[in-house]
Amino acid sequence: MNSILAFYYSSIGKKVLMSLTGLFLIVFLVEHLIGNLLLFANDSGKMYEAYGDFLVSNPVIRFIEIFLFLGVIVHAILGVILWIKNRKTRPVKYKYFRLKDNSPLASRTTIWTGIVIGIFLYIHLKSFFIPSRFTSQKVSSYELVMHAFSNPWYDLFYLIALLVLGYHLRHGFQSAFQTLGLRNKTYAPFLDMLAFIFWFLIPVGFAAIPVYFFFYHQAVSTMIMGVH
Amino acid sequence: MNFTLKIWRQKNQKDAGRFEMYEVQNISPDASFLEMLDVLNNQLVLQDRDPVAFDHDCREGICGSCGLMINGRAHGPGRKQATCDVRMRIFDDGQELVIEPWRAKPFPVIKDLVVDRTAMDRIMQAGGFISARTGGAPDANSTPVTKENAEESMDAAACIGCGACIAACPNSSAMLFVAAKVSQFALLPQGQIERKERVQKMVIQMDKEGFGNCSNNYACEAECPKGILVTHIARLNREFLRAKLV
Ligand code: HEM
Ligand code: SF4
Ligand code: FES
Repeated sequence: MNSILAFYYSSIGKKVLMSLTGLFLIVFLVEHLIGNLLLFANDSGKMYEAYGDFLVSNPVIRFIEIFLFLGVIVHAILGVILWIKNRKTRPVKYKYFRLKDNSPLASRTTIWTGIVIGIFLYIHLKSFFIPSRFTSQKVSSYELVMHAFSNPWYDLFYLIALLVLGYHLRHGFQSAFQTLGLRNKTYAPFLDMLAFIFWFLIPVGFAAIPVYFFFYHQAVSTMIMGVH
Repeated sequence: MNFTLKIWRQKNQKDAGRFEMYEVQNISPDASFLEMLDVLNNQLVLQDRDPVAFDHDCREGICGSCGLMINGRAHGPGRKQATCDVRMRIFDDGQELVIEPWRAKPFPVIKDLVVDRTAMDRIMQAGGFISARTGGAPDANSTPVTKENAEESMDAAACIGCGACIAACPNSSAMLFVAAKVSQFALLPQGQIERKERVQKMVIQMDKEGFGNCSNNYACEAECPKGILVTHIARLNREFLRAKLV
């Protein structure tokens, strides 16, 4: 027990927890995207809803879900704790400090991109997760999605949040492997290539959903209104 | 070449400190940065003013004493250079140079540009050593080392302990320095006896001294005069995890 506490109190221990929770969240993102691509099946959401019902009724998924929430909370709290600690290590600031000449911007903005993701998660869970899980009358999650994404402002907010998530992972993905000690001369180029999937392709995949439903809605309303 | 210098002056640890402006003229483009400061100090002594205190010893990039923040960059704007390696020709004639001491909570200013870096010595004392047999010299070929490990270890051993990695880090983290020292020993058979203990003790001491937490910004690698790579930090993390888990 003592050594577990000592591990947590060490600088490396906290970072290892951050990287493990971060990677766990990334694995979830992959699953979440694959599931959500069912929205594109041209069947008025039948498959998507079946998938949703499966998630809700499966006890294993419900169990993993607890860890998912814990993971986000631990990751976010540790991120903030580390950031505050780090801000105290240089009481007298440099007059000139040209960090932009020696380190990437994405690596120095994780706290801000992280906070934006946190706000996004709150709104995201409120509009999709809470209604489809905790309201008594059965709501169709497909309709929920269609309705939410018919609002262009909501779509814009989504696109910005996904851009920010991509930027968080631009640094985060390789950083997690570095923290776990898995980034050596042989793996580093491979990891940097693999990272592209996570910081670019996955956010783009998610972004396709609001874009699709926005235009879908436009097309439907044009048809109803009879304009054009 | 002529330069306007904006230099941090601070009498002692208690003094609040402030910037003061100086002018130096007719500096040879081939002069080193420290020689340029020598010219300034000669000037100040002749005027009966207090010369600027700065650390230096070998003046050939091997001792690790020198270390200045020059226009916001540790050891100046070049790569793989200690402050003593910097030549004045890399600056523009007439340029203003802002010169500051290393800044980090564990590096209190002693005077002007000289900081107390004994926190790094205490990290070394915590584990940066090996146990060796006394007695007759062992046979030269009795402990074989693979070429890769020897090379990697020697690359890590190139660290001169200057503290630029800490000074340049947005979090004042000492991970690159500690990583270089841990790697150097972990890769050689001689370092195996204390391998687990060393990494834990050095990391605990590093945290105790008040250095920050690494966020993998890699500013340290960019500013290290000896080109120590952040892959050594990955090894430090690995060694630490191994010591804790295995
Ligand atoms: C809830 C809001 C979030 C906050 C406040 C947050 C904050 C942070 C911060 C401050 C760091 C840098 C830590 C450091 O280097 O010292 C970080 C790293 C990271 N984040 Fe997040 N984050 C959030 C959400 C996410 C999400 C949703 C994911 C993944 C899908 C993620 C993945 C990562 C990864 C992989 C790292 C790198 C870990 C490492 O450096 O070892 N984060 N986060
Ligand atoms: S790792 Fe490089 S920058 Fe850091 S103390 Fe060693 S030589 Fe200096
Ligand atoms: S004076 Fe020795 S390294 Fe610069």
